[in-house]
Amino acid sequence: MNPGVMTVYRWELTKLRYQKRTYLGLGAAVLVPILFVVATHFRHRGPDDVPFGSYITRSGLAIPLVILLFGAVWMFPLITALVAGDIFASEDHNGTLKTIFTRSLERGQIFMGKTLAASTYAIVAILLCGTVAVIAGSIQSGFNPLQSLSGTIVSAPKALELVYVSLLVYLIPIAAIVCIGLLLSSITRNSAAAVVGTLMVSLVIQLIGILPGLTGLQPYLLSTQFSAWQGLLRTPIDWAPIVRAAWVCALYGLPALAAAYLVFLRRDVAGG
Amino acid sequence: MNPDALAPPPPIEVRGLVKRYGDLTAVAGVDLTVDVGDVYGYLGPNGAGKTTSLRMMLGLIRPTAGTVRLFGRDPMLSVDALNGVAGFVEAPTFYPYLNGRRNLELLAAFDGGDAPTRIDRALETVELADRARDRVGGYSHGMRQRLGIAAALLRNPKLLLLDEPATGLDPAGMRDMRVLIRRLADQGMTVLLSSHLLTEVEEVCNRVAIVRSGSIVYEGEIAALKRGAGTSYRLETTDDERALAVCRAQPGISDVRRQHDKISFVADEPAAAELSQALVEAGALIRAMAPQTVTLEDLFFSLTEGSGDPRATPPAQEQTAESVR
Repeated sequence: MNPGVMTVYRWELTKLRYQKRTYLGLGAAVLVPILFVVATHFRHRGPDDVPFGSYITRSGLAIPLVILLFGAVWMFPLITALVAGDIFASEDHNGTLKTIFTRSLERGQIFMGKTLAASTYAIVAILLCGTVAVIAGSIQSGFNPLQSLSGTIVSAPKALELVYVSLLVYLIPIAAIVCIGLLLSSITRNSAAAVVGTLMVSLVIQLIGILPGLTGLQPYLLSTQFSAWQGLLRTPIDWAPIVRAAWVCALYGLPALAAAYLVFLRRDVAGG
Repeated sequence: MNPDALAPPPPIEVRGLVKRYGDLTAVAGVDLTVDVGDVYGYLGPNGAGKTTSLRMMLGLIRPTAGTVRLFGRDPMLSVDALNGVAGFVEAPTFYPYLNGRRNLELLAAFDGGDAPTRIDRALETVELADRARDRVGGYSHGMRQRLGIAAALLRNPKLLLLDEPATGLDPAGMRDMRVLIRRLADQGMTVLLSSHLLTEVEEVCNRVAIVRSGSIVYEGEIAALKRGAGTSYRLETTDDERALAVCRAQPGISDVRRQHDKISFVADEPAAAELSQALVEAGALIRAMAPQTVTLEDLFFSLTEGSGDPRATPPAQEQTAESVR
């Protein structure tokens, strides 16, 4: 069988299974919602200053949504960066680029396989976090109907569906973070620098959003797109923030991905 | 019809290869040809540009100028040029968190075809079958070198490029590596072996390129290099200072060196006879003058440290096939 992108993809997933950082990120994705539910249990009330914060004691389905809001600050960018920032840089660290570049795969195929693997990891982390939050939240506060942002009551099964669609919409800015992580991984050739750098990019963009005089930029900041899923929780559904998230995130992600691709394709493998 | 047009292209053909990093020229116009069946030594001191040349041959770095062809194909254009080619540059590298077998499975998957069916045999060839389930992170340097050979064998190569394969190995490991390379060559594999271990090269290679400061100063057969080198003599006299001056002034005498209370030089037989007469006339009486066996090491140092003495070259009539630069 001729090797291709899917060969690389499968082996990247295998390699992830053997690396500690994979479990560090996924562990955080599991632990954070559990800790959040435990804190809610003892506090008997949720954070009132965020959407759905005041509902978490009435419906467990509000808990994954609140975690999505809090996770946007650094948790999900960090979990995403743990793999995206490492996936090329670790090859430099191990000196293995020369090993895989001298087999029968084109560099472009290797790049695509790695990109798919980093994206898969991010998707798994978000869905895992959301699922744990749904289960833990439902145990704590019950599998109850949820009040939408428009004030209407959404049945529990419908709310569950909306939670999962929200997780998918949340993946749009996460995909942009993956691309930035891949770019930094490719450029810096240093895992720690790429992981921290990706997180810093995410934080700096959030800081720009709160600087006085720059509020006009808010709709076009990557950090804002982490709230796009809220359009799904309105009646009727507001698609505008979701559509905007798609193109704004594409503006952040695609140039980064293209630059990462070119760097990876053209680089000299002089070390290792 | 030109018969050359029908001949298959050689395993390696390098022309005018140059690599510059800013002001530093790592490789300065290398030309070499490795023919089918050669075990070709690529010799040079550390920093001479051997590894950089090998990286360009494997398509890992882009040449500043010049061309590389592997079986007539350009490795910079497509990885297809590496079909039938395998090897490693510097130490072979693997994923330390995977075991040896798993690393080979990954590389075999990246090779495609029937490479996965060769894993067991490759592990047995390099005598790592019993350690294949251990994580590579726990392997010794020698084990990694052998795993590197195993990884190369998965591709069932017709051409093997090995960069310092014996470096860091203990004497037994070095011997085993030489035996392995010789065995692979006997099976019909063409091998390019970069090394600074001259005994290793002398033992396993039939042809060499000697590189100095990024340029090749000799390319050809080791036997021809030795034949062309003239004979090395060791001289002891009653007045070494005067003898040294006479040697340096005497035509036909080259590579004159003083080593403690002895003088060494390279000359052919008539030149040595004329020198003995000149020494007597100068008052430096000869205590002993004995021819020495020239080793590849002697020739290597004369080419890479000295002035690239022209005596250390093959005869003129052989310079069409084996060139001296």
